[in-house]
Amino acid sequence: MSEPLVVMDGVNKHFGDLHVLKDIDLTVGKGEVVILIGPSGSGKSTLCRTINRLENFESGSITIDGVELPEEGKELAALRADVGMVFQSFNLFAHKTILQNVTLGPIKVRKMGKADAEKKAMDLLERVGIAHQAQKYPAQLSGGQQQRVAIARSLAMDPKVMLFDEPTSALDPEMINEVLDVMVELAHSGMTMIVVTHEMGFARKVANRVVFLSDGEIVEQAPPDEFFTNPTTDRCKEFLSKILTH
Amino acid sequence: MGEILSEYDVLGAFWVTIQLSVLSAIGSLLIGTVMAVLRVSPVAVLRLIGTSYVNIVRNTPLTLLMAFSVLGLSFILGLQLSDQATTNSYWWAVIMLSIYHGAFVCEALRSGVNTIPPGQAEAARAMGLTFGQSLSQVLLPQAFRGAIAPLGSTLIALIKNTTVAAVILGTAEAAGQLAEITENEGASLPTFFLFALGFVILTLPLGILFTNLSQRLSVKR
Repeated sequence: MSEPLVVMDGVNKHFGDLHVLKDIDLTVGKGEVVILIGPSGSGKSTLCRTINRLENFESGSITIDGVELPEEGKELAALRADVGMVFQSFNLFAHKTILQNVTLGPIKVRKMGKADAEKKAMDLLERVGIAHQAQKYPAQLSGGQQQRVAIARSLAMDPKVMLFDEPTSALDPEMINEVLDVMVELAHSGMTMIVVTHEMGFARKVANRVVFLSDGEIVEQAPPDEFFTNPTTDRCKEFLSKILTH
Repeated sequence: MGEILSEYDVLGAFWVTIQLSVLSAIGSLLIGTVMAVLRVSPVAVLRLIGTSYVNIVRNTPLTLLMAFSVLGLSFILGLQLSDQATTNSYWWAVIMLSIYHGAFVCEALRSGVNTIPPGQAEAARAMGLTFGQSLSQVLLPQAFRGAIAPLGSTLIALIKNTTVAAVILGTAEAAGQLAEITENEGASLPTFFLFALGFVILTLPLGILFTNLSQRLSVKR
């Protein structure tokens, strides 16, 4: 594996009595694309969200590029700037235009000049195919377009790693591909990506590794070819038999 | 009616009402915004301060606050805002109106914050904005725009509540002036309607303006 970028070591988390993450050890290398899959309630979204501490965890440690995740505060904010995040529900800022959504982080967090930030934002919007809608508001765009803007907004921060929390789950079927296309292009460009998804085709196409979670534990991890054709655990075989029959 | 207008400074009294309204509106917006920020902050102690403020102030009669300011704070504790008694009362009235309506502004803003999907705050944090930046860039602008209608109601209530300041201001503002005229000239319906009309002129256009603004500025989701 390449140099480790995200290292989770013995991470535990509870929601009340529910033990949602059980001793998670996971290392993601630079440039690696890791897909997290598993049944609902398996903790895959929670795992994704602990990486930038949107979800707190009780024990264990997470380091990003050698820096241990700090407690909530200015240092954590600085570290989050290096970790891009794309949500299931897009979460674009509804009162700002598409362009303002993409320039906000660079201007406020990276202290970039407005003109530079706008130039960079337009390049990124061009890359995701939304440049001609830059002056519109999020509510005027389709779900697929909003999600592509959300990806551009994350990329504007020049993140070291991108987290995707079910980025296509809230989309109409016909809009899923336009978002996946952007993500495939991103993966090929060498971005380190951790993706929670149910899109098995996407996983086969771009993943370096598929990690299967069940009941808060990492049950199995393998390269996609091996994972989909030759799962070793019963839990994983059962899951795959359910989702791959149609 | 003509002689009442010539003998008493009705316009001057309404001018004081307008001054009290504008100054207190600014004061209550500031206090209300600070309290709303406290009430949505991640720190439990700050939330407690905000909640206590709202619950104590909102449940205290404004008349009591007015009397307390001049009788309690000014006369007994010696907190004089000016050597002149009228100026002293004037500024105490502004402060008490601000404090009282600040609690309502806070609640209006908090209802505005509740119109914002929780994902917006998460996205702001995830991109590395600090709590202060998330508030000023993402949450408060949307909260204000979502709270325009209740803020308008609060402002209209504030304008009418300036009449309570008569208990410490005497005849300086509209309600005190009306009481004085009634005392000297006897009760008369036309005088009463004149003053009522004055308040309608102050509040009705504001109501229409705020309804209009709340539609135009609402954040499309």
